[in-house]
Amino acid sequence: MSILDADFMRLAFATGAVVGVLAPAVGFFLVQRRMSLIGDGIGHAAFAGVAAGYLLDVSPVGAALVAATVAAVAVEWLRGRHGAAGDQALALIFYTGIAAGVVLVSAAGALNANLFAFLFGSILTVTRSDLELIVVLGVAGLALIAVLYRGLVAVSLDAEGARVSGLPVTLLNVILAALAGVTVAVSMRIVGILLIAALMVLPVIAAGRLAGSIRSTIFLAMGIGLASVLVGLTISYYADLAPGGAIVLFAAAVTVASMAGVSLTQRLTTG
Amino acid sequence: MPVAVSLQDVSFAYPGGPPVLRDVKLEIESGEFVTIAGPNGGGKTTLLRIILGLERPSAGQARLFGEPAHDFHQRFRIAYLAQRTQLGIDAPAAVREVVAAGRVPRRGLLRPLGSRDRDVIAGAIDRVGLSELARSPIQRLSGGQQQRAYIAKALAGEPDLLVLDEPTAGVDVDAQEVFAAFLGELHQELGVTILYVSHEFGAIERFVERVILVRGGIVFDGRPTELPTSWHDPSHVHP
Repeated sequence: MSILDADFMRLAFATGAVVGVLAPAVGFFLVQRRMSLIGDGIGHAAFAGVAAGYLLDVSPVGAALVAATVAAVAVEWLRGRHGAAGDQALALIFYTGIAAGVVLVSAAGALNANLFAFLFGSILTVTRSDLELIVVLGVAGLALIAVLYRGLVAVSLDAEGARVSGLPVTLLNVILAALAGVTVAVSMRIVGILLIAALMVLPVIAAGRLAGSIRSTIFLAMGIGLASVLVGLTISYYADLAPGGAIVLFAAAVTVASMAGVSLTQRLTTG
Repeated sequence: MPVAVSLQDVSFAYPGGPPVLRDVKLEIESGEFVTIAGPNGGGKTTLLRIILGLERPSAGQARLFGEPAHDFHQRFRIAYLAQRTQLGIDAPAAVREVVAAGRVPRRGLLRPLGSRDRDVIAGAIDRVGLSELARSPIQRLSGGQQQRAYIAKALAGEPDLLVLDEPTAGVDVDAQEVFAAFLGELHQELGVTILYVSHEFGAIERFVERVILVRGGIVFDGRPTELPTSWHDPSHVHP
């Protein structure tokens, strides 16, 4: 029996393909702004959203989408308007999110296998309606990045210069934060809340070592992200493992290999 | 000459803090090459932020090209080069991408670059002597070349006012001299208004038309040759 004969695997691969491409595309701009860990903080807020979904008997993905987007925008608001350092704003969201999640999960009596699937990803739980929502949000997210690409690059390279010259830096930052929230929400089915940040960051680090321009870094990172998801899901299917771990371990292996490869090449060329 | 920057009786204090600037009067004409210098903590960064409209004065009025600075509608006419540590020099960006980013404010956020934009970008890269390195990652350039790439980024916006904030911080004396000479050439060729803000002005004083020293207010405003001898930077000796 082929891996694609199973309906749940086709759903997982289709969802994973969107996630694998979107997460590094958003992650690139977060890494350049030294906000690599924002995905972790937002992920914990998404956990609260999932728990609220169970408690209110609404779609956990939809509830997580709202919670993650609100949390992401809140981080940006705290950084921008209240002068909080990025790590302090993240810490506040991070701990508030996980604490709210634990309280809501306890209240909903939902400490079960479904919740475990959201934390670490699962290839069995992606539904057709999940896929539809994820494809719509993923394509919309990528389209938004394409439209705002030059502005996002300008802010990444020199935020203060962009602000002085009249670019709407605060608006671009808020949009980027909202995109990070959407990415976390659409990725949690496959990669899991606790590991999604890795898929936003590791492919970017790996690609940044190998590519020589922003454009090539983003495309290479998207390729590494996509490959990580496809390989991770395949390993997960055959070895009966949580897909989040397999996906991120593959991405980590590519990152380490790129670092080692570049280091070796430099040593050989410098004698 | 039209006035690029005008400050009238500007005073400033941060909330609950002592006055940082008192009764500053300043006019900078279009096409001037001016350095604003002074000790750290003397208020020159605050003065710069008021000039750029990023802070509103507690009293008085700041104007850019005749408009209130905080409400200046043609911000694409200003190019600002931040301190080296605030620039994305470690980004995996090609020189051309860095320079093209400087064109975005002039072109507009959502409008794609046209052929004239591409010509301006190529011209800016050529002007700073980096044409052969246009596709190279900026990380692999020397410190001086990186600085030139960011100058090209500023020029790609075809600015009327070029502001450089501590551009030579952490750069050795020789490199400061080279950079100052380069800015002098640029000013002569383009006639753009240049505002060079630094706590040290030894390298640049040969090329600027005015030195403005700030210490809680303007304590000197004149030609570099009018500066008291003891105020010259001894690390830069020019014949």
